Amino acid sequence: MTEDFITFRNVSKRFGKNVVLDDLCFSVRERQRITLIGPSGSGKTTILRMLMTLMRPDSGLITVGGDQLFPADEQQVARVRRRMTMVFQQYNLFPNMNVLRNITMAPMKVLGVPEDEAVDRARKLLELVGLTAKLSHYPSQLSGGQQQRVAIARALAMQPDVLLLDEVTAALDPELAAEVLDVLRDVADSLDVTMLCVTHAMRFARDISDQVLMFCTGKIIESGPPEQILEAPQHERTQRFLRSVLEEV
Amino acid sequence: MFGAAAMTTMLGLPIPLWQRLADGLAVTLQLTVFGALLAAVFAFLAGFARISRLRLVRGIAFGYTEAFRGLPALVVLFWLVFALPSLGWQLDPLAASVIAVALNIGAYGAEVVRSALAAIPPGQWDAATAVNLSRGQTLRMVILPQAVVTMIPSLSNLLIELLKATALVSLVYVQDLTFQGQIVRAATGKTAAVFLGLLLGYGLIALVLSGLMRALEHAAGKWAGRVVNS
Repeated sequence: MTEDFITFRNVSKRFGKNVVLDDLCFSVRERQRITLIGPSGSGKTTILRMLMTLMRPDSGLITVGGDQLFPADEQQVARVRRRMTMVFQQYNLFPNMNVLRNITMAPMKVLGVPEDEAVDRARKLLELVGLTAKLSHYPSQLSGGQQQRVAIARALAMQPDVLLLDEVTAALDPELAAEVLDVLRDVADSLDVTMLCVTHAMRFARDISDQVLMFCTGKIIESGPPEQILEAPQHERTQRFLRSVLEEV
Repeated sequence: MFGAAAMTTMLGLPIPLWQRLADGLAVTLQLTVFGALLAAVFAFLAGFARISRLRLVRGIAFGYTEAFRGLPALVVLFWLVFALPSLGWQLDPLAASVIAVALNIGAYGAEVVRSALAAIPPGQWDAATAVNLSRGQTLRMVILPQAVVTMIPSLSNLLIELLKATALVSLVYVQDLTFQGQIVRAATGKTAAVFLGLLLGYGLIALVLSGLMRALEHAAGKWAGRVVNS
């Protein structure tokens, strides 16, 4: 029995009157691949943003790897945050740096990795995402799918324990989305990383995750292995949600 | 050994008129260059302070921008040159002039810097946090290089404004181009010709400055990855 790696205890968050997370409790084991699904506004992205410390809960307790992430002082936050990284819907590459620099900058500046080692690692990661030829290109010269693959490489260069993926294919057309999802499948296969993934790509959820959490209005209403949740959902709301997602495709 | 101008001054004779205009031009250029450097310091300090996490720092910067945007540069100049000495603070008139125009233009510049920093999409901050950059690293390596490009057109407008504002210093007897122009006009009575000369003089400096700023904009664009030679 592996211990819980990430835990949320009674975490609440509201924006004005709008309750985003309602006394949420859940936990993730090390190297688990979790997919968070549910209608928009149900709090999935909020969970990722809280883990990345881009957003603070109103109350509750969050721990990562046994260390408290919330509540915690700034130093502690910075230390715990270092174990995680995030890939965003809009890629958010740094447009003032070329592909190589986007990937090597943080490892060098934050982790103190020597330049030749950082470059070496970046080359390997670019191989993994299939973009070795684009090393010295700038983000504006890349397609959306390519930018997202660079963003994945940038995230992995930080050698995270936890990879947070926030609707990483939502801004891409289906063909480009497929190439990003292929890359993520390889990542999931080749790295021992804990993954939390918010997505509407149900095939992908089924392929890579070992657990699916269904969110609705700030609560988890159903959870279990993907074949159970996606193919035989028990909750009426989950059934309705999956029907609408599948119709869309 | 001695130039003609120096000789005539030493003998108590009037300096040649063209020499006066050239001296004035040199003073105006000095005021513009040093004024611009100091204004840039004020603008960047106050502009960054406006997005500080410390309320006090934000407050001071806000007070500075609002105060000096509202005050006429001429009033500030009179204060520095005439009022401060009466309080026991004697400033060199040239230094006082540089400070006065820099305070004024710097306040406008602070607003340019602040708004350019604020205009960088929040996703850039998020991404920097996600790779664990500190706030200072994020500003220096991610936000500023992108923001500078959008600042430059507005800052080059302000540079021209600053050049024009330096003409005010003739009112506190600093011998800039305008001041010397007045002297020459009084000595020769050729009002139209002298003022035409002033127009051309300021116009030429302005042209050179905006040319320089355009080159800078181009260079910064490359730095920020906007313009890429492919």
